[in-house]
Amino acid sequence: MALDVHIAHPLRAFALDVELSVGALTLALVGPSGAGKTSVLRAIAGLLRPTSGSVVVDGETWLDTTGNVDLAPERRRVGLVFQEFALFPHLTVRRNVGFAGRARVTELLERFRIEHLADARPGELSGGERQRVALARALARDPAVLLLDEPLSALDAFTRAQVRSELRELLRDLGLPALLVTHDFEDAAALADRVGVLVDGRVLQTAPPSDLLAAPADAFVASFTGANLLRGVASAGPAGLTAVALDAGFTVYTADEGRGSVSVAVYPWEVAVARDAPNDSAVNHVRAPIVSLVRLGNRVRAKIGPITAELTAQSVDRLGLKEGEVVVASFKATGTRLLPAP
Amino acid sequence: MRARVFEAGLWVAATSVVAFLLLPVVAIFARVPLSDLVSQLSSEVVRDALRVTVKTNVVALAFVLVLGTPTAYLIATRSFRGRALVLTLIELPLVLPPAVAGIGLLAAFGRLGLLGGTLDFFGLRVGLGTQAAVVLAVMFVAGPFYVRPAIAAFEAVDPTLLGAARTLGAGPGRTFFRVALPLAAGGLGAGAALAFARGLGEFGATIMFAGSLQGVTQTLSLAIYQEFDLDFDSALAISALLVLVSGILLLSVKLILGWRSTYTSLIPFARSPSTSS
Repeated sequence: MALDVHIAHPLRAFALDVELSVGALTLALVGPSGAGKTSVLRAIAGLLRPTSGSVVVDGETWLDTTGNVDLAPERRRVGLVFQEFALFPHLTVRRNVGFAGRARVTELLERFRIEHLADARPGELSGGERQRVALARALARDPAVLLLDEPLSALDAFTRAQVRSELRELLRDLGLPALLVTHDFEDAAALADRVGVLVDGRVLQTAPPSDLLAAPADAFVASFTGANLLRGVASAGPAGLTAVALDAGFTVYTADEGRGSVSVAVYPWEVAVARDAPNDSAVNHVRAPIVSLVRLGNRVRAKIGPITAELTAQSVDRLGLKEGEVVVASFKATGTRLLPAP
Repeated sequence: MRARVFEAGLWVAATSVVAFLLLPVVAIFARVPLSDLVSQLSSEVVRDALRVTVKTNVVALAFVLVLGTPTAYLIATRSFRGRALVLTLIELPLVLPPAVAGIGLLAAFGRLGLLGGTLDFFGLRVGLGTQAAVVLAVMFVAGPFYVRPAIAAFEAVDPTLLGAARTLGAGPGRTFFRVALPLAAGGLGAGAALAFARGLGEFGATIMFAGSLQGVTQTLSLAIYQEFDLDFDSALAISALLVLVSGILLLSVKLILGWRSTYTSLIPFARSPSTSS
């Protein structure tokens, strides 16, 4: 089972040029809004005809602009889950799910635990319920590939966490090539086996999520995976380290090699916060006031000068941190990546 | 103080507008007691006119729906060269004086018109004194009253839903009948009611193109015109009938549109989420 895609298509600000190959696993395309993510899905589903390219699924050609093959959407065995789910508002849940075929409706309603909603209309459902209906409806067609457009963005934060784990299990169980697009790296990392970073119509890097974090190909990828990007000028530092004089006025040290105009990437969870510079193995200490403290569940994102640190709520309470107070953010030279400036 | 004067001015203007529009309608009923209405309406002229009106308008509306619905769907969902021009042409009868429409229809479909010879060849006679002419006149004048709201209704259908139907295996035809048509139904119904109301009152184009022949081409509007000279009370009675019918049609438009707006609302919080059922 495989999905092979090559799509070239001009969009408003740039040209989409994407080449993907997905086996029986989940690939997430992650990128900022307007990067062309949805266009990729629409082209695979046949809702958008790219100027050139091909879509081949399990050896069956759905689109080949050179050979003039272009199957209509209804002839492509694709399950597309739309961003806002696109349920038919005039049909009941049962009829929505059965739109592609009545055969498996009862089984799917059971599988997605929506039997009790069978006679409700989409307008009466919560976000999480709608998503289950949308997934059931897409699978009713027995698709060869599953496409998900921002599967979690229409959900509130609470539902999102729950749906994320359900969806991950589902994608594993299905064993279908699945392509999902999202602007959220965390969602992508949680749901997908591999993640591709799409910026301005091009895939900059495709790798398992952990590899993307460990070795981002460039500053775009690093910032998308959530890293702090500190711009500065690199020069030789002490003890074989590279010293980077940041534009923000500090100097930090990294174990990576580099010279000239660079970005230092450091992930928020690599940053520790203390009231005074600690006497530990970290060589980088940035003393600055706390600009903001934002609580996200049991975590807190603290912006300290130019650096964002991720702390537990417990630590923040223990240290009694407040906005405006001067603290020290520290991180190890080995916890940084040196990337060419974008 | 100034603000109050301004506010008062607004209310005075609105009150006079409403009074001006309402007065003629009230006057008709003031002159015709409801008890006399029935007896007045049982005259042969009125019964013939009613029959002609209903028959021609139902046929015209059927044509408008059958031809206008796909046209509206095409215009609403496709972009093509000359789309704006087509839209403008469809709207043309709205601004065209009905008398001009009548002359135009005569020049096109009449015996001596552009297509007169062709129609003759097929044994079709359209023109003065034929019911086909009444139907064409009503279609021409009332058609845009349906097609315009129909375009708007189809444009209001989320294209994502049409795309969703396609990816779920429905071809363009099934997508139209199962998704687009039911979702646009409210707007189409309202447009149909408007077009029917406009058609019932058609006068100018019909009298120019079809003439006013009792029992054949004389519709209620034409009968009012004829009775106006002969029997003013009878003209009033027909007018009262048309006021009632128009009122009912307008009311149904309002009801359909009101019903539709609650029905198609996709906004999650429009209805309280009640799950178990």
